[in-house]
Amino acid sequence: MPKWFMPLAGLCAVMFAASPFLIANADYESTMGLVQKIFYYHLPSAWIFLLSAIVCGIASARFLFRGSPRQDRLAYAAAELTVLFGAIVLVTGPLWARKAWGVWWQWDVRLTSSLMGWMVAWAYLLVRKYGGPGSDKLAAGLALFGMANVPFVYVSVNYWRTIHPATTVVPTLPVDMGLALWFSVACFLLLFVLLLRLRVHLEEQRSRLDALYLSLDE
Amino acid sequence: MSLVGAIGISVLLLCAPLAAQQPQPQPQQQEEFVPVSQLPAQDQLPAAPLLVIAYAFVWLALFAYLVSVARRLSYVQREVERLESDMKRGSRS
Repeated sequence: MPKWFMPLAGLCAVMFAASPFLIANADYESTMGLVQKIFYYHLPSAWIFLLSAIVCGIASARFLFRGSPRQDRLAYAAAELTVLFGAIVLVTGPLWARKAWGVWWQWDVRLTSSLMGWMVAWAYLLVRKYGGPGSDKLAAGLALFGMANVPFVYVSVNYWRTIHPATTVVPTLPVDMGLALWFSVACFLLLFVLLLRLRVHLEEQRSRLDALYLSLDE
Repeated sequence: MSLVGAIGISVLLLCAPLAAQQPQPQPQQQEEFVPVSQLPAQDQLPAAPLLVIAYAFVWLALFAYLVSVARRLSYVQREVERLESDMKRGSRS
């Protein structure tokens, strides 16, 4: 692992430990009250969910067109993180919605397209695990679909009728709410970089192991 | 300015906030009590448990994933070391 990994992991842990204090100090939203504070982890996870789907898609495209195994390892790692952060979004969102909207789930465009992106990431992992020979290329194709879904997820709240808050909420946040949000975004972004590096390292070690098995057979 | 004029202006300035103040809306008299069970579902629900579950889920999911990656990594590294030592032993003999 690179030298920067452990200091940054320590910094990330400290930032995550500090984030609840900033979130607690942020003002309450006028109509939703306490439950709106789920937003400070829900939104950064959603952004990281979309970012990892993009990373997975770009790495898969490079793998498909250049055949680089390094890009394939990056795509595999990013797909797993898409599933992880997608799960966080799809659990924290309904918990917030139950209080704010009175229902756990709405089949509106934002929620449905997010669920679809998450299922595409799951499909990628399942194809990689059980697809047999050639599954890496098939999964890379799936990752392209996952990436194409990302802009649709993001802009959907601005173009379709939905009760999900619009993207205009973030730029209009007052200072204390904005500070808590951007601090959480920094925490999740740093965590994403660290987890991605760790997960890529695991794939590198697996490739090394496969090479050793092959050399033993010969 | 004469003394009377100065007093007049001072009184006007002092009274201006009182004159500008709007009459406060009177709280409405309650004619019936509504039991909390008759409120819409989302108004009856306490927010704190939902908030705690959401944050606990995030922390637990991240921790579980970290443990899972660490376990997989240690297994693969152990296997790599074992194979490498087997190969070294094989090349010596």
